[in-house]
Amino acid sequence: MQITVNGRLYEVEPGTTLLGYLESRAIDVRKVAVALNEEIVPRKSLSEVCLKDGDVVEVIKVVAGG
Amino acid sequence: MADKLVQTGDELTIADRTFKSRLFLGSSKYPSFDVMVQAIEAAETELVTVAVRYMNLEEPEHEGVLDYLRRLDCQILPNTAGATTVKQAVRMAHLAREATGTHWIKLEVIGDERTLWPDTAMTVEATKILVQDGFVVLPYTSPDLVAAIRLEEAGAAAVMPLAAPIGTGQGLLDWVGIRRIVERVTVPVVVDAGIGVPSDACRAMELGVAAVLVNTAIAQAQDPVAMARAMKHGVIAGRDAYRAGRMPVRYEASPSSPVAGVIQERAEHAAPWRAAP
Repeated sequence: MQITVNGRLYEVEPGTTLLGYLESRAIDVRKVAVALNEEIVPRKSLSEVCLKDGDVVEVIKVVAGG
Repeated sequence: MADKLVQTGDELTIADRTFKSRLFLGSSKYPSFDVMVQAIEAAETELVTVAVRYMNLEEPEHEGVLDYLRRLDCQILPNTAGATTVKQAVRMAHLAREATGTHWIKLEVIGDERTLWPDTAMTVEATKILVQDGFVVLPYTSPDLVAAIRLEEAGAAAVMPLAAPIGTGQGLLDWVGIRRIVERVTVPVVVDAGIGVPSDACRAMELGVAAVLVNTAIAQAQDPVAMARAMKHGVIAGRDAYRAGRMPVRYEASPSSPVAGVIQERAEHAAPWRAAP
């Protein structure tokens, strides 16, 4: 199945959790914010959310800014 | 190292946090994160702004700005830079809170791309929403008195009028406007954006603003660490001068030396414009 992450399409195995996917991409979830279909998913809930075909995921990080 | 120029008992309080330093820094545009850290230390800054953006999954980074800042003892202030609508700004604030763990937000809602001028109506509306959502909101605003009053009414923890457009270094273009805001709002006034040199920061502090937020002027200086130190001294000088109370401006000169007993010339050598004694 396919999901969109930050505007790009990615292939994932059915049954993958949000946490599992992010960890598979070597993302340190302590440093990011994650939204699923525009809803923010609290860090502690990432392991409870199973990805579905067509899901839109946003991964936001902190960058330098003024 | 740290000098003792900052007067004790003159801390700045915003919401639930107290600051000894009245110089806030942005974290952008430094030659490297190491130089940024050295500049923050030289400035003795206790509050540093950051932004939030989409992560590029194809290029994961090992160390980001947050890793460097977390090693310092400073308040992180994420911003909503890039937002041009209320909804976008509110969403960015919530994502920033999740990513950083702080409920402080520097609210920016931009209404014009070329000047990056803040949109007052949207900024007021977003402030109300974010205050309801439990944020400590520090909105970026224009040096407009009524905008500042509306933001305070909306629950802003501080108001942050611009000195000049972001990144221009033009200095304090509307000092009268800033002064008006200082006189009329009760929350701290932080001059944000447009500061170019320490004399700009000093002048703003002389007007009675609570703090200044500087980024480009330090980060893009030829020697950012030296400029950070200079900016700190500018802020301290301005704050001390404000507390000392400036003399009134006079329209005519008033001699500093005694007027009595001035050594006289013979009448024929006296300046022609002087009346004969």
